[in-house]
Parts: sequence; C-alpha cells; structure tokens
Amino acid sequence: MATAAAHQPARTQQHGAHDGTAGATGTEDAHQRAFDAAVAADERIEPRDWMPDAYRATLVRQIAQHAHSEIIGMQPEANWITRAPSLRRKAILMAKVQDEAGHGLYLYSAAETLGTGRDELLDKLHTGRQKYSSIFNYPTLTWADVGAIGWLVDGAAITNQVPLCRCSYGPYARAMIRICKEESFHQRQGYELLLALSRGTPEQHAMAQDAVDRWWWPSLMMFGPPDDESAHSAQSMDWKIKRHSNDELRQRFVDICVPQAESLGLTLPDPDLRWNEERGHHDFGPIDWTEFKEVLKGNGPCNEQRITQRRRAHDEGAWVREAAAAYAAKHSTAAGHGETGVEQA
Amino acid sequence: MTNTDWPLWEVFVRSRRGLSHTHAGSLHAPDAEFALRNARDLYTRRGEGVSIWVVPSTAITASSPDEKDPFFEPAADKPYRHPTFYEIPEGVKHL
Amino acid sequence: MTATTTATAAALALGDDALVLSHRLGEWAGHAPVLEEEVALANIALDLLGQARVLLSMAGDEDELAYLREERAFRNLQLVEQPNGDFAHTIARQLYFSTHQHLLYARLATGDGPFAGLAAKAVKEVAYHRDHAEQWTLRLGDGTDLSHQRMQRACDALWRFTGEMFQPVEGLDIDTEDMNAAWLESVGDVLRRATLTVPDGPQSGAWTAGAGRQGLHTEPFGRMLAEMQHLHRSHPGASW
Repeated sequence: MATAAAHQPARTQQHGAHDGTAGATGTEDAHQRAFDAAVAADERIEPRDWMPDAYRATLVRQIAQHAHSEIIGMQPEANWITRAPSLRRKAILMAKVQDEAGHGLYLYSAAETLGTGRDELLDKLHTGRQKYSSIFNYPTLTWADVGAIGWLVDGAAITNQVPLCRCSYGPYARAMIRICKEESFHQRQGYELLLALSRGTPEQHAMAQDAVDRWWWPSLMMFGPPDDESAHSAQSMDWKIKRHSNDELRQRFVDICVPQAESLGLTLPDPDLRWNEERGHHDFGPIDWTEFKEVLKGNGPCNEQRITQRRRAHDEGAWVREAAAAYAAKHSTAAGHGETGVEQA
Repeated sequence: MTNTDWPLWEVFVRSRRGLSHTHAGSLHAPDAEFALRNARDLYTRRGEGVSIWVVPSTAITASSPDEKDPFFEPAADKPYRHPTFYEIPEGVKHL
Repeated sequence: MTATTTATAAALALGDDALVLSHRLGEWAGHAPVLEEEVALANIALDLLGQARVLLSMAGDEDELAYLREERAFRNLQLVEQPNGDFAHTIARQLYFSTHQHLLYARLATGDGPFAGLAAKAVKEVAYHRDHAEQWTLRLGDGTDLSHQRMQRACDALWRFTGEMFQPVEGLDIDTEDMNAAWLESVGDVLRRATLTVPDGPQSGAWTAGAGRQGLHTEPFGRMLAEMQHLHRSHPGASW
C-alpha cells in the first residue's frame, strides 16, 4: 500500500520506494496497453493512472488555456459591472463574473491533478507562454456587448464544452459537468439582455445590432482553425479529449444561432448565410483567418491591456498572499487540529 | 516570491442532511480557516451544501499509485456479497 | 414626520449604505489579490446589493432611487463611499462597517419595526462579512511587517469616518451609544488580536459628523455616481 497525496500523479510516484518495477520497458508497454484499452472502452483516466507523457502534456495545455480563458474572460464583462443600467442587471452580471472566477478555480484544480501547480500555470500565462481564448482580446464597447458575450461567446463556449463533459480525463470531465451546469444561466441572461434592448428604444435596438455585428465572426473563430489546419485535433480525438471536430461544432453553433437571431429581431452580419436544404445545414461565408492569426499573435485590440491588468492584480496582491502564508506559518495549528469541519445552518 | 504558494486542500460537501460528505474538488488556502471559507464560497454558492470538510491534500493516504489496482481485485470476485447473486422465484415479495 | 416618512428615510439610509458599499466591492472584480478572493468579495457585494434592493424598494422604485438621485440626495455613510485603496483599506472598511451592520441588524431583527424581517435574514449574511473581515484583519495585521504597516495605516485612515455610524437615524429606534460601545469592544478585540493598535484619534471630525446622512459626501463619491448612473441616464425612460 502506498502512502501518497491523492493529487500526485503516477509519474512522480514511480520514484518512490514502493514501486520497484517502474521504468522497465515491459511494464511501459503493459501500461500503454491498459491505457489504450481504457480509452477505447470509454472509461475515464484518473490522476494516478499511468498515462502517456504526450497525453498529460496535451491535457495540461488545454486545461490551463481553458482556466486562463475563464479568468481573463472576467475582464471584458467586469468592465460593465460599475455601469450596469439597473440593479437587477448589476446583480446578474456580478454573479456571472464571479462564476467565471469559480470556473477558473475548478479548472486550475483539474490541471493540478496532473502535477502542475496553479502558480506555475499563472506564471506561464503572465509571461505569455500559455494562451487564453482570443475572443477576450476584443473590447466591450457598449452595454449590449455584455449581452452579445452571453449569447454568442458563452453559446459557442457551451457548444465546445458540453462534449468535454465526456472527456477521457476524469477530473477535467467532472469540472466541465459542474461548469456546464452553472453556465446555462450565462447564456440565457445574455439572450434576455439583448432581447430587452432589441425590443427597447431605437437607440437600444441599434446598440444590440452593433454588438452582434462585432461579436459574430470572432465567436465563430472560437471553434479554432478549420479541421485540415488544426494542429492538435486528430490526436486529441483519438484520446477522446476531444469528441467532435472544430468545423463540426462550428456548424452546429451556426445552425443553433440562426433561429435565435430571428427571435431576437436582430440580423447576423453574413450575406452568405442561408439554409442549404441538401446539407441540412446553414451555409455561411468565409472566416477571416488572417484576423484570427493576428489576434492570436498578440495584435488584437486588447491583448496588451488584458495581460497587463492580470499581471498587475497578481503583483499587487503578492503582499496579501505573503501575509496570509506568514500568518499560517506562525499559527500552524491548522492541519489535524480537529476543527476543520463546519456545519452550516 | 517563495512564500505565496498556499497549500492545496480537498473539499468534501454534505449536500443535505442524511447524505454523507462527498468529494467536491480542491482549492488553495493558507490555512484551515480560510480553506473552509473559500470552500463555502466556491462549492456551495448555489446552496449545494449544508456542511463542509476540508482536508490538506498531503494528509490523504491513497491505496496505490494506480487506480486499477490489485488492492481491490479480491473484492471483485465475491459476487455472493451482492443481493443480485441470489435467484429468487418470481412473485416472492419483500426480499 | 409621519411613521411612513421616517421609515422611508431610514430605508434610504440603510439601502444607500448597502448599495454604495456593494458598488465599491464590485470594483474589485478582476483585480483581487488571489482568485479565491474574487469569489469571496463578489459574494459579499451580492449580499449587500440584495439588501439594497429590498431597502430601496421600501422607499420607492429601486432603479429611480439608485440612478436618478443627485449626489446630495444620497443618505449613505461617508465610510462606505471611500475608495477601495489597497486591500488593507478595503478590509478595514469591511471590518468597521460589517461590525456596525451586524450590531444594527441584530437589534432590528429582535424588534417589530418595518425592518425586522429584512434584518433577520441579513444578519446571517453580515455575520459572514464580519468574519471574513476579521480573518483578513488577523492575517494582514499579524502577517508580514509590510502587511502590518499597511493594515495599521488603513485602520488609522478610516477611523475618522466611524463616528458617523453611531449618529441617530430618523426612524430607527436604536440606542446608538450602547451600540458604539459594543462596536468599540468588538473592533478593539480584533485589532488587538491582529497585533494592531486601536487608533486613538476622534471617531469623527467637523466635516464627517453625521454628514453623509445629511447628503454631504466626499469628492470620490461624485465620480463613483457619475460612473454608476451614466448609462441609465443616457437613455431616459428606457427599460433594461
């Protein structure tokens, strides 16, 4: 029986005294076969299972990028908390931005089960070595942008995320189940917000249309490059980290949005958008991938601003985190004290 | 900045009276008091719980580095421990 | 004044306190020192906003009151409108205000006045706010030298706004002197355990004594309102 922290992955534990067989080639092969069989049988891989290094690396990269997107994604919406035009909207928006911080926390925890700490991941975000979703490098210029983000950006995210609830890696799948459950309100509040504007004064309607015009194409880009150019797709599909291709999900999203836009009384800014009876799907116009690549490279309207704010919050908070750690060290009776349970009313 | 790495805690939530605490996830906190409070904010903000336990992750002893483990195999070949092992004639009730 | 108008005046005073502090805490979104604190501060802000909406609705239309009144018509304490400053200032403001609010709501909850129902619910929320502020005061006060200095400075700076909390409020039947004594004891206990010195200056000055409740505010408040109200006021009569 091995004594080990629940979160330590198998790789580090193999150096422990309890396991004399690790590293032998025969064992590696057997491990690989067991892993392949588990994935093929749609079983979940759990933190301390053996897994290929590349699988681990892919997951860390993807979960980290997802976590970073949640916390950077707080910024464009938090931009409107102090200006929300009614107290009801203000409460909704504050709860939504709070959820995003929570989702970031769930995801950093999931990444942590793979042996990479949150501090290390945040450091990679702050130094530009890990990315977040490019969508958050666009600005929120009007109140309607809060609605467009809820409807389109969260809508695209949900389309992407629902299949992740069945991802082969257990902790990621479980985090996604929790997130998807909580996200359902995010999209609905956005749609409701836009509906109120669309049916409001002419100025409000114009504000809503302008926001949809600006957010539509970037939302389609959220599904990533076309399938034939996607660097990581095929392997991720084999590993069942990913369940559907980029183009498949993008098409699904377009098909969902068209009737929703009609109900909103708003148009989608694509002259080529029309129903294709033969395919049973909507055709849509070409996506400007040059823009996508530019934003990805760091040349989007807000790349610099977003990462600067994140870094500043982290740096300016250092003394607070240090103080709490110093206090805990001085009063280190916490663990095993028997007072760690609390009953709430 | 070496002193800012808050340790990791595992969070267990009792969703309502009568049920046992279930693992909900993990979080970082400088000490047990804050671990509890952070857990309350993070894992029960939609009313998901009536009671929380937090445990330092390092205090957990795990059965083995591998989740599919010989440790549990002996339990898998004793089907007679499960009620479905026994055939009961149709129509017999309350058994 | 009739019973109704005094109740309205008190609802405005308490509602504005909650609204303005909630707004200030909302400004932290995306700027908190650690992710867990993003969640905690937002929880507190949401509790306060919920209280504000109930209280303002007792006095009229919540949005009209929040968005269409001029600065001089707001009845909140000057303490809650003070800018966030660094995290120590925010925590000192939280400690001072939530201790007061907890004492006040506990008293209102036991009475049979118009605020008893709200106070009974809110007192549980506020107990948590006070606990959050206490935990952080202990850690910042008794953490590092730097955090100790900052926490002491914040406690000192905000001290002169605390006396206003114990000015009688029209429509609230509260022994404010007794409440001030309880407040001093509670806050003093936390500060001492946090190795901090209880500020020795006066709890109010010529300008701050009861001024917020009379509609006299500090400069940063005008800017806060300008930001908060601008969108709503740009579209008169619109619904959101």
